[in-house]
Amino acid sequence: MASLYLHIPFCSNKCPYCDFYSQVATAGEIDRYAELLCRDISQLKRCRPLTPPLETIYFGGGTPSLLSPPQIEAILASCATAFGLAPGCEITLEANPGTLADGQLEACRAAGINRLSLGIQSLDEKNLRQLGRIHNVGQARESVNAARRTGFSNLSLDLMFALPEQSLSDLDRELVQLLELDPEHISIYGLSFEDGTEFAARLARGELMACDESLYAEQYRLINERLRAAGFEHYEISNFARPGRRCRHNQTYWQRNSCLAAGAGAHGFDASSWGERWHIPPDLKRYAERIEAGANPAEFLESFTHHSAMAEYLYLSLRTADGLDLERFAERFGCRAEQVFATAREKATPYLQINAEHWFFTPEGWLLYDHLISHFL
Amino acid sequence: MDQKRIRNFSIIAHIDHGTSTIADRLLEATGALSDRERTDQFLDKMDLERERGITIKAQAVRLNYKAKDGQTYILNLIDTPGHVDFSYEVSRSLSACEGAMLVVDAAQGVEAQTLANVYMAIDQDLEVFPVLNKIDLPSAEPERIKEEIEEIIGIDTSDAILASAKEGKGIPDILEAVVAKVPAPKGDANAPLKALTFDSWYDSYQGVIVLIRVVEGAVKKGDKIKLMATGGVYEVQKVGAFSPHPLELPQLAAGEVGFLIAGIKVVEDAKVGDTITHYHRPAEKPLPGYQDVKPMVFSGLYPVDSADYDALRDALEKLRLNDAAFSFEPENSVALGFGFRCGFLGLLHMEIIQERLEREFGVDLITTAPTVVYRVTTTKGEVLQVESANMLPPVQLIDKIEEPFVLASIHVPNEFVGAVLSLCIEKRGVQRELKYLTANRVMVVYELPLNEIVLDFFDRLKSITRGYASLDYEHLDFRVSRLVRLNVLINGDIVDALSLIVHQDKAQFRGRELVAKMKEFIPRQQYEVAIQAAIGSKVIARSTVKALRKDVTAKCYGGDITRKRKLLEKQKAGKKRMKQVGSVELPQEAFLAILKVKD
Repeated sequence: MASLYLHIPFCSNKCPYCDFYSQVATAGEIDRYAELLCRDISQLKRCRPLTPPLETIYFGGGTPSLLSPPQIEAILASCATAFGLAPGCEITLEANPGTLADGQLEACRAAGINRLSLGIQSLDEKNLRQLGRIHNVGQARESVNAARRTGFSNLSLDLMFALPEQSLSDLDRELVQLLELDPEHISIYGLSFEDGTEFAARLARGELMACDESLYAEQYRLINERLRAAGFEHYEISNFARPGRRCRHNQTYWQRNSCLAAGAGAHGFDASSWGERWHIPPDLKRYAERIEAGANPAEFLESFTHHSAMAEYLYLSLRTADGLDLERFAERFGCRAEQVFATAREKATPYLQINAEHWFFTPEGWLLYDHLISHFL
Repeated sequence: MDQKRIRNFSIIAHIDHGTSTIADRLLEATGALSDRERTDQFLDKMDLERERGITIKAQAVRLNYKAKDGQTYILNLIDTPGHVDFSYEVSRSLSACEGAMLVVDAAQGVEAQTLANVYMAIDQDLEVFPVLNKIDLPSAEPERIKEEIEEIIGIDTSDAILASAKEGKGIPDILEAVVAKVPAPKGDANAPLKALTFDSWYDSYQGVIVLIRVVEGAVKKGDKIKLMATGGVYEVQKVGAFSPHPLELPQLAAGEVGFLIAGIKVVEDAKVGDTITHYHRPAEKPLPGYQDVKPMVFSGLYPVDSADYDALRDALEKLRLNDAAFSFEPENSVALGFGFRCGFLGLLHMEIIQERLEREFGVDLITTAPTVVYRVTTTKGEVLQVESANMLPPVQLIDKIEEPFVLASIHVPNEFVGAVLSLCIEKRGVQRELKYLTANRVMVVYELPLNEIVLDFFDRLKSITRGYASLDYEHLDFRVSRLVRLNVLINGDIVDALSLIVHQDKAQFRGRELVAKMKEFIPRQQYEVAIQAAIGSKVIARSTVKALRKDVTAKCYGGDITRKRKLLEKQKAGKKRMKQVGSVELPQEAFLAILKVKD
């Protein structure tokens, strides 16, 4: 099992709530970056031996749909050369509705993309304007229709909630419209005010009001209720999928499996021993210098002990509906979670659901996830 | 050693007026310290002392000084603790001296704390000479401060020394003044031995090291000695002086200051103020002024993690080796488990012990609100010493409760007198005296219940007088008082560690304020937390910490995992000092919330 994450740190403009590494760039700069990325992938094989072929590839950002189809094709060709692609390899491209030109989707599909994650974020004009998105509701719908016309059969849509002044019924209307678009996968994100963003500054100045906690919880419950009624599984805190359509790539994170990474700002994880995480610093100039010198652009971030690995394993797996598989845990770590985390387990009750094989949280527990999981860390 | 060439003196100064820096400069100027050793504040040994800029233990350093008259003198500098909690130790250190140097900040002037110690020195007939420090500061006003010293203390300032210890100014003048102004010691070296113990500490290699001032007679290695108050008999193994490094001497004779080692096991056996004499040729009477110092303030210390109980006990035992004024005994709380009830001289002493336990011994603690000792007479006529609300017998078995009163002297500038008087009245004080020391300096003397002082009196006093007031107090007596037990209930259960003894007239208000404060300190958790205050079964106040509704990080993919997990780990480290009481986690602040209640 092998996965690869590719970071595309460019956007056509910076959204005021986003704290991901990305910047506005010219076509020439993006072209240059695509070349560096190809070389990064080729060199990666040397420093990160893993079991090929690749089962999942994820173009994340930023706005990966700013890449042209030929650039995508070249990058995927590098992946194939370096590692080989497994049959049915899940290849996801994050795309923003406002960046998709006519014919682009078709070319992306031809280049090998088989899963699209569309950042539509909202189906309400007022919300989209407030979020500083470059697209409108019409473009959001049109991007979905275009994807379907082009033949994409694995489509994920992002929706934000807990937005300033968004009522429960506002959200409910958006959910109805979202379901009408009939995606295979939905990610829902409550708005958070991250340090250093324009939204955080506006909040501090009192220009924006954060959604009240109780309303956040109500909205989260409503989402869970509506999407499950429509046949979706709520398989991770922020993710819903039709049966068989979970995002395979993202599951590698929550299962704490290895994931390769390329591109400035990307994070990689090597699960061997107790694990080691590394990242490529979000610095385009440095990235170019390292790659051109034939050097490894990655920097060590942290390594794990037996205990810290176990703690992180719980931290990640309890985010999912499958939760913690007690036998798998014992096999992986050589001890019983029931013993290692006896006190924490007690503190997390009654939210933590316990049966003979599993520990898991229900959505009510997920609402308090940070509080509850801190007992395990 | 010729007595005429000995000068024993101490420095009296307010906490931050630069005593330690001056002491260091004196050490340097007399060549006692090599350059390599010039870490700032050599005399304050403990990190804690250095950080807080206060001296906790007395120190005695012997300096060899060649004066302008061509003679070499031995100057014994005795550094004294600078806080009201340790005023007894200060009085003993002063009585080991013939003179004292009064250090006053040339910008800030005389502070109340200083005043109490200067009066003590004058009472003991010490020669006091003034030094104005920090004259390098732009805000220094030496002339005004001189006038102030003359007005308030009544000593001549015409030849006050102007100094800046920071810049090394005035240091030679100070050394000359010590020789010229401090009288040489007197005392018959052939009389039966009388030596004053003015400090002692435990050393793991040599046992207890005792600092002494020989008043009459002489003591040397091999002498059989007796401590007159405790009755212990020992053989002297070593005598000497710190210069500042330990230096063994053949003997210490009348007028000299130095250390004595005699196989004493615990500091409790060599108490400050005791008189050392020879076993075979004892002095008739001990030196005057000995007191058995007893803890006045008590609080419970509990390990956050009950597995640390043994470590905490070991740490307390080690501290006790070195601190006769500190006491502890095991205590059991339903809410907090096994811990210790500890006795301290005062609040600063309590804080110092807590900090040392956490810092030097690495034990995370929960401290309960400080209380004083009450004297309870039961209906059967028994008299009990009650050091915590939980020791109070049931109301129907109590005949009367008495509480300790102190005589508090507060020095304050004129414009704050009104505020200080209302504070004292609010704290159930009875006015004894109100005296204008100068046109705008007032001394207010009140009889106050100690339990009001241990709560927040000092903080309040400082805040209402913008830091200009100073406080000194001495213990008076026990007085019958209408006191009740105030209980705090968390989710319906009484938390014994939060129970308090309060005055009946204040119970209602304190209870209300206390639950409001606790609400601020208790973080929201997965359940609602109901906080109630009750007297007996009657609930007098309540508040609620609402349950958490949402606390979740929505996104957790490759780049988020490390960063967000670390954020949670950091939050968790902040919660380390939370104690699980039933299903609720209480932070340390909640146990001390009563200290933050404003009357």
